[in-house]
This record gives sequence, C-alpha cells and structure tokens, in this order.
Amino acid sequence: MIKKLPFNKFYKLFNSISLLLIILSIFLLFFKGLNFGVDFKGGTLIELRSIDKSITVTNIRDSINQINLGDVSVKKFGKDDDYLIKFEKKDFNNPNFIKDIKIKLTSSLGDTFEFRRVENVGPKVSSELLKSGIIAICLSLAAMLFYIWIRFEWQFSLGAIVALFHDVIVTLGIFSLFGLEINLSIVAAVLTIVGYSMNDTVVIFDRVRENLKKYSDIKIFELTNISINETLSRTIITSATTLLALFSIFLFGGEMLKGFSLAMILGVFFGTYSSIYIANPILVFLQVSQKTILKEDKDQ
Amino acid sequence: MLYFSKIRIFLITLFTLLFVYIFLSNFIKSDDFIFNKKINLGLDLQGGSYLLLEIDNSPVIIQKLQNSIPTFKKYFKEKNIKIRNFKIMEDKFLIFEVNEDKISQVKEILEDKEDNIINQYYPSYKSHKFDFLIEKNLFKLNFSKYGLVEIKNSSQDQALETIRRRVDEIGTNEPNILKRGNDRIVVELPGLDDPSRIKNLLGKTANLSFRFIIQGSEETFGSEKLEFEDESEEAIVSKRIILSGDNLIDANPSMDAQTNETVVSFTLDRVGAKRFGKATSTGIGKRLAIVLDGKVVSAPVVRDAIVSGSGQISGDFTFQEATDLALLLRSGALPAPLNIIEERTVGPDLGQDSINAGIIALAIGFLLVIFFMIIKYRIFGLIANITLILNLFLLVGILTLFEATLTLPGIAGIILTVGMAVDANVLIFERIKEEIVGEKNQLIAFDSGYVKSKTAIIDANITTLLAAIILFFMGSGPVKGFSVTLGVGIFTTLFSVYFIARLLTSIYVTKNKHKERLI
Repeated sequence: MIKKLPFNKFYKLFNSISLLLIILSIFLLFFKGLNFGVDFKGGTLIELRSIDKSITVTNIRDSINQINLGDVSVKKFGKDDDYLIKFEKKDFNNPNFIKDIKIKLTSSLGDTFEFRRVENVGPKVSSELLKSGIIAICLSLAAMLFYIWIRFEWQFSLGAIVALFHDVIVTLGIFSLFGLEINLSIVAAVLTIVGYSMNDTVVIFDRVRENLKKYSDIKIFELTNISINETLSRTIITSATTLLALFSIFLFGGEMLKGFSLAMILGVFFGTYSSIYIANPILVFLQVSQKTILKEDKDQ
Repeated sequence: MLYFSKIRIFLITLFTLLFVYIFLSNFIKSDDFIFNKKINLGLDLQGGSYLLLEIDNSPVIIQKLQNSIPTFKKYFKEKNIKIRNFKIMEDKFLIFEVNEDKISQVKEILEDKEDNIINQYYPSYKSHKFDFLIEKNLFKLNFSKYGLVEIKNSSQDQALETIRRRVDEIGTNEPNILKRGNDRIVVELPGLDDPSRIKNLLGKTANLSFRFIIQGSEETFGSEKLEFEDESEEAIVSKRIILSGDNLIDANPSMDAQTNETVVSFTLDRVGAKRFGKATSTGIGKRLAIVLDGKVVSAPVVRDAIVSGSGQISGDFTFQEATDLALLLRSGALPAPLNIIEERTVGPDLGQDSINAGIIALAIGFLLVIFFMIIKYRIFGLIANITLILNLFLLVGILTLFEATLTLPGIAGIILTVGMAVDANVLIFERIKEEIVGEKNQLIAFDSGYVKSKTAIIDANITTLLAAIILFFMGSGPVKGFSVTLGVGIFTTLFSVYFIARLLTSIYVTKNKHKERLI
C-alpha cells in the first residue's frame, strides 16, 4: 500500500478556496451572466461551409448586414471553411425566411457555400427549454439528496449535496468567465456531472460508513482521511479512464460535442475534488460518529 | 461469489452471444438474420428536418362561440326566456343580456349538474363546458378548462390528419408526425435538407370557398370586403358560401387549352356538383369569387351554368404554385392556422461527418482505456477489457433490439459509458487487493472483494441512473438519445461486471489458485 496522504490537513485551506470559487462563480453568474445559445435565447443559427477560400468572416458579416437582421454574430466554427452565423430573429412566420437569406448571400458571395445546419428556435420554445433545463438540474439535485438520505444518513446527504452544488456552480462559473455557449447539450453534461460526482462521493462515503462500524475509537477527522486513502487508487483510476474517454470526444468527436465534453471534463475534475475536499469535511463539521450510523441500525 | 453453476454459465454465454448477434445484425445486410432490426439514426446523424408546429386555436374558439349562439337562442326560446344582444368580446367571451327577473333562472340552467345541451359534460368532468360571470343583467361566458381541452384536442386531431396528407403528398421518406401536448405537432422529415416547400405548405390553412361578389362598395351584415391575392383590387363578397373545400374530391394542376394558362382543375362531390350547378345557373353574369384563406384568388364572370361537377381555378399561377394549390385542396383544410415555433435542419453531409467523428472518438477512447487497464492490471485488465468489449456489444444490441434512436450526444453517451464502465471492475479489483493483504487463501480474498464492493457499486450506479432518467423525461430530441444510452449503459455495465467479468475471474482464479499473488 502506498503511504497514507494527509488529505485532512488541507481541509481548511481547500474549503476556503472552494468557498471563494463559489462566491466568484455566483458573482460571475449574476453580473456577467451566461452566454445562452439559440436553444435558450431563441433566434436563428446557420452553419455555413464555404468552398471558396477567399470568403472570410468579414465578407460574410458584410453581406449578412445588408439584409438587416439586427445583431448578427459571425464566427469561425472548427475547420477553416466552416462558419457559424447567429442572430435573434424577428420574422418568424415567413416560411421563406431562410431561403431569402440564402438567395441574398448567393448574390453577394456567389454560389460557393452551403448551409449545413439551420436551427430556428422561437421565443416561446426557448423559454420553455430553459425552464425545463433548470427544473431538470434542480430535480436531479433533489433526487440525489433524497437517495443518499435513504441509503445513508442526513449528514451524508447534506455533504453530498453541497459537493454537487459546488461542482455545478463552479462549472457554470467557468462557462460564464470564458463566455462559452450554454445549449441543450451543456444541460445534459451538467446532469451527467451530477451523476458522476455523486458516484465518486458515494464510493468514499460507503467506505466511511464501513470504517465507522469497524473503528469506534477513531475520530471522524482521521477516519475520513483513512477512507479517502483507501479508495484513492480507485478514484484516480476511474477519473483517469473517464477523462481518457472525454478527451477523445473533445479532440476527435467533432465541433458539436466540444462544449459538452469540455463541461464534462471540468465536471469530472471538480467532482473528484469535491468528493474529497467538500463532502468529507462536511462529515467532520457535522461531527458524524459511530452513533450516527448505529442509530440507523437500531431503528430498523 | 466465485462459484457458478453449469446452467448459469450456459445462460450467461447464451445471453451474451444473443446480443453479440443482434449487435452484428446492424452491420450485415441479410434476410437470413432473424433480427433484421437496426438502430435508427437521429436527424442530427442522418440529416433531415425537425419542425415543431403550434396550432393557433383562437379562430377556432371564436368560431365555436359563434356557432353556439343559435343553439343558445333555440334552447332558451323553448324555455320561454328571452336573451338578446349576443356579442363576442376579447376573442373569448360570449356575452348576452337577460331580463332582470330571469337572471336566477338562467344561472340555474348554466349551473345545472345534469347534462344539458348548452353546457354539457358535468357528469363526466365535474365541470361545465362554459364558466360564467354575471354583471347586472349581463352574462359573460367563456370556455372552461375542459371546454378548451376538448376544442384543442379535436383541432389537434384534425390538424394531424391534414398535415399527414400534405406531407405524404410530397413524398418524403418515412416522415414522423407526432402530437405533443394538446396544441403542438412535431414533424420529422429524414433526409430533407431544405424544408422551405413543406413550411410553405404547412403555413397555409387552405380554407377554400366559392362566393358571389356583390355590387356596391360598403360592407353589410351578410357581406365582407376582401382583398385580392395580388392586391390589385378589393371586392365586397357575400358571406353565403356556395361551395367549400370540403366539397372537392380531387384537384390537379393543368393547362387551359384556350388561354395557355396554368390552372387548377377540380372535381366536386355529388352535393357540391348540385349546388354549383344551381348557383351558376341562377347567377349567370355575376362574378364568382374563389376565396382562399381570406383572400380572393380570382373572380371569373359566370357565363354558363356548370353542371358537370368540375371546374377550374385560374389566378396567374406558375406551375409550381398550381401544383401546391392542388395539393393543398386535395389534402383538405387545416382547422386552424399553424405557426412554426422551432425548426432544426441538418444537412446529410454534416450528419455523416458527425457519425465519422463519433466513431473515431469512440475507437480512440476505447483503445486508450484498454491500454490503460492492461498496463494497470495485466491479466485482470484483460478480463476487464473483454468485459468492456462485450458491454459495448450488449449496449448497442439492446439499443438495436428496441430500435432506439441514436443521436450524436447518444454516441457521446456510449463513449462516456466506456470510460465509466471500468469503474465497477476497478472498485472490485482494488477491494480484492486490500483484502488479499494478510489473507492466506486468495480465493477468500477474491470472494470478499466482490461482496464488500457491492454496495458502493450499486449506489454509485443508481445515482448516475437517476440523472439519466431525469434527463430522459426533461430533455428533448438529441439529448434524450444521450440519456437513453447512458441509462441502458448502466444496466449492461452491471450485467457484464457481475456476470461476464466475475465468470472470467472465477475461471482464471480457480485454475491458478496456487500461484502467488494473483492480482
């Protein structure tokens, strides 16, 4: 066995850092906000591929601006000749809207491009999607809270949920900081992070519970450290294989999965960290002892 | 935990082989296969259009209120109650006046818990068709929740039928048309990369009527002022409908031999033919307006009585316009206007690119994980890897069996499952390593390794499953595909770890029990 690492020595330090990160993230979310994609903001997105190398972002922007669509953003998307055009749409009920844009673009750029993807989300749908995304995340947190409460004790449940909350908030905070786009797949990623982080926490908690039964004389402060160390190699190996899979999605899975896999990578990182440095210190803070879990046995 | 009976080994092998077989049926084109099922590719992978349509029911509600006026009049007349000054306000209220002395009587009728024709379905819903308010001697009625639900459901049913006919006429392959909620309809059109024609066709209610134009320039009670389609003129058109789209049994684009114009020729049913014959014989010299969705398409002068039951609509059509109009007339009118509130179109080559990228990412992720496990656990790494490959077969096999839809996020879910599936094996192996310290009999250590890691594995997987289930119910489209692969992946992982990997471990360990340090 490798030498025991003194994780518990740094509880205070990392707790302060985490608290700071959460405060910073909430601050960012409030004042900078999130960069919502068309899924949640409504509007139109066109992915365009040009055949003509001389077409540039400026070219496209200039010709789009002639159509008067309001605030238009044109960006490169992955490969050199792919572009993403986004704008908040006004003219939703004209079925020829996209066709008109295509015709007008052809007249100024020539017939040297194709639309690879068009997404058009009305304001009603986008606000519904946003609402159901938020509900889904809250619901999953509640489900985890409840599940751990049933399987363990409320102290464990609280520790796990604070850790999850930390992972979700900090991941979103990073998305806000770098202005990365939030779309439907990011919500899927956040929910998977919730599942993954929980997974990690449960494994350590399971060991804490086992050790609580085994040793009556070891204080929880030391006991969490033993448990973390005992499960450490598993924690590292599983994070490593999951990250291997995620990095291969990030690097080779194409442009559409970039945001999703990035969110997941961040989530796996924070999820692993929070299981050790948030979930466990909360058990210490709540002074969990052998009595906590034995009470449960007597009740049954 | 390490003992397997012969029958169990047989069942595990059979089950695994079955799913390997189903997995392979995706790649082999043959009729000999019992399973010729295939995974469906989502629109984001095969390319196509997704349209979400919302039915605007407000005209239907006004129409229903209007239609109920005669019923009310008749009903109260029979009961000797005078009601008057019917009005429709704010597109949802039906208002009428009653003499002061009759207010309580009308109130009683509207609150009657027995079924009565003007305010039904109390017995079935414990609620009436109309809710009402009384202001002095004014009654203000509006459809109740259940009244609205009934209206919405019936217009959704009708709209679905009409949309299906229109989409079928265009002949796209395997369209998917589904209800969502009670006022929305999803249209999925695989392989269609430019939905503008379909959007045009679905954007029209196609309410057709033939009505006479009245001389004069003012609207009266029985007439209304309508604009021509080309905005060239306006005309006062009678509200009396001679023929409606319902009377048409066929419509086709054709060429008028005399004028060389593209027209739409139509055939009427028997009732329609009779009415048309009568109207045209009495109305020679008048202009007959052909009104489509509130606009006059054309208004030819009637020269002869038309008794053949067929006719033509002209209106400066291009051939495409005539074809579309004929199609709309054949497929019937929509009960209410539709709005396209969401549209997602993916071109076929982007879909193919996504498939390619997904497969490459899967292959690389898979190889990395396999290398990692071999280096870390040697022989047990090999066992974990065999399990992982079979797990992948099981996962894809189950998706095939249920003909699930695979989306791009769904592929990501499979790759993620590959990364996370080894977790259970790692938990077990690490536990065995702990147990083996100070345990002479290695078999006991293996056994208790399996037993003691069980709760952690189950709990850890259930939490991910919970997230997947919530995502399945709250997510839409491609994201749903992700939750399906993630959720199914948990079951296949548990099966492959607890049956396949454990069986392989058991075989290896019992054969080599005298070796020192097995793991």
